[in-house]
Amino acid sequence: MKVNTKPYGLIEIDERQRIHFPAGILGFENLREYVLLDALQQPFYWLQSMEIQEIAFVLIEPKIFRPDYSPDVSAYELEEIELEPGDEENMLIFSIVTIPDNQEDMTANLQGPIILNRELHIARQCISENDTWKTRHRIMEELSNIRNSVC
Amino acid sequence: MLILSRKKDESIIIGDEIEISVVDIKGDQVKLGIKAPRDIKVYRQEVFTAIQKENLAASRTGTKLPAIDLLQKKSRSGEKPEKTQDLPEN
Repeated sequence: MKVNTKPYGLIEIDERQRIHFPAGILGFENLREYVLLDALQQPFYWLQSMEIQEIAFVLIEPKIFRPDYSPDVSAYELEEIELEPGDEENMLIFSIVTIPDNQEDMTANLQGPIILNRELHIARQCISENDTWKTRHRIMEELSNIRNSVC
Repeated sequence: MLILSRKKDESIIIGDEIEISVVDIKGDQVKLGIKAPRDIKVYRQEVFTAIQKENLAASRTGTKLPAIDLLQKKSRSGEKPEKTQDLPEN
């Protein structure tokens, strides 16, 4: 099937790229159908609304820059997408990235992770119960922290 | 807005299934206990608002994304790149 995407225009997507958000995304509750695309620039992904072309979110896997990340969301929220805590095999965890004009200042939202049931293709924006995680983690700084601590 | 006065250990009932009780009061901090059905989402208002606001900002991100070398430019030579898999075609 074809989908109009914000980054790449009209493209063919595979049925397996579709993701249903039963509760939408906070602030975008009416949009429930998305497709997950690999961005041309790694390590990013696009979460593209199938209903409104202009609505698309950049995603990243938070462990890339925060290896210690654990979303700490309630079992209830996971139940909504038919997952259980610790079911890592079926769980994919993403953060929404905000990229301002100065791209070095890009941030990732670790407080509101997007959690995906990879078997059922349903997802939800959960809210972390761990106060460590904020809505704006500076990705470049976190990355250089990792590198400094390794050396 | 309905405003009710409650003391410690008193509560209010909303609808048939939601009970909010005052568990403790210390200075300007009130500890609330909330009993609600599992499908009722309860969040701290400022957290909920912050995530909503951030989502809105994120949705305004342009289509030009930083390339991977931006992410790696602080790495030393000889260090392994983080990901080497080929790009799948969209």
